[in-house]
Amino acid sequence: MILYRYLAEGIFFAFIVLIFFGSLLTVRARLLMHAVLGLAVAFIGVAGLFFHLGSPFMAMMQVLIYVGAVCVMLVFGVMVGQAPTQSAQTRGGHNRWLGLGTCGAGFVLLSATLARTRWTAAAEQIGDYSLQHLGMSFLHQFVLAFELISVILLIAILGAIIIARHPEEGRQS
Amino acid sequence: MMPSDHLTTYLVIGAFLLFVGLYGMIRHRTLIGMLISVELMLAGAGVNFMAFNHFTAPDPAVGQAFTLFIMGIAAAEAAIVISLVIAVHRRFRSVDPQAIDDLRG
Repeated sequence: MILYRYLAEGIFFAFIVLIFFGSLLTVRARLLMHAVLGLAVAFIGVAGLFFHLGSPFMAMMQVLIYVGAVCVMLVFGVMVGQAPTQSAQTRGGHNRWLGLGTCGAGFVLLSATLARTRWTAAAEQIGDYSLQHLGMSFLHQFVLAFELISVILLIAILGAIIIARHPEEGRQS
Repeated sequence: MMPSDHLTTYLVIGAFLLFVGLYGMIRHRTLIGMLISVELMLAGAGVNFMAFNHFTAPDPAVGQAFTLFIMGIAAAEAAIVISLVIAVHRRFRSVDPQAIDDLRG
């Protein structure tokens, strides 16, 4: 039994390594295409963490929505915006080191704060990780937010179509 | 206790994603590069919600619901920004924010 525990722990660290290198590839890539690839790798790592946190449904949604939809849309945007072999323009010199120092210091500060904090678990658990319970809470507890997110998605898609439409198309009719 | 049983491990991963995304925002000079960095930060927020959901929340459905909401917001944001990039590229023939300074006095 302890062997399975160590195996799960090894897979957990493999997913952390995926997140680490994927996100570093995202910000360090010379080509924007490579940045999108790194983003997909990091998202697969995050999906593994969700699986480890006891929710296979969220892991599936992460792969489906982020890797399947958002990354494909980003690839589309990269192809439209510029040639995919063109290098990504990045800031050089002073600003880059300043940004790197600021982000590193912020990460160390936040991590130190997190390591000191003692979190208390809930006294009792209600509900479980089942999909039925999640669906019931979507339709009871979060029904307003659920409907709002639907409306936001609809408005975003309509707005995207209107913004991206060619200006001359409307005038001809 | 294994490291994956600690809330702090997940929170540090979330903080790492947040600051890597912030660094990407500073470093990238194209609009798409900035959008990719924002997606990293949102993924960090999702990791945090799921971790708190697993370790401290009484109802496991709450964190999952909020992470799903974050995914919806991220998808909507990506759609809007990509359409803006297409419109900006058509108008200015460039996606470099430094080159788009039509409103400069």
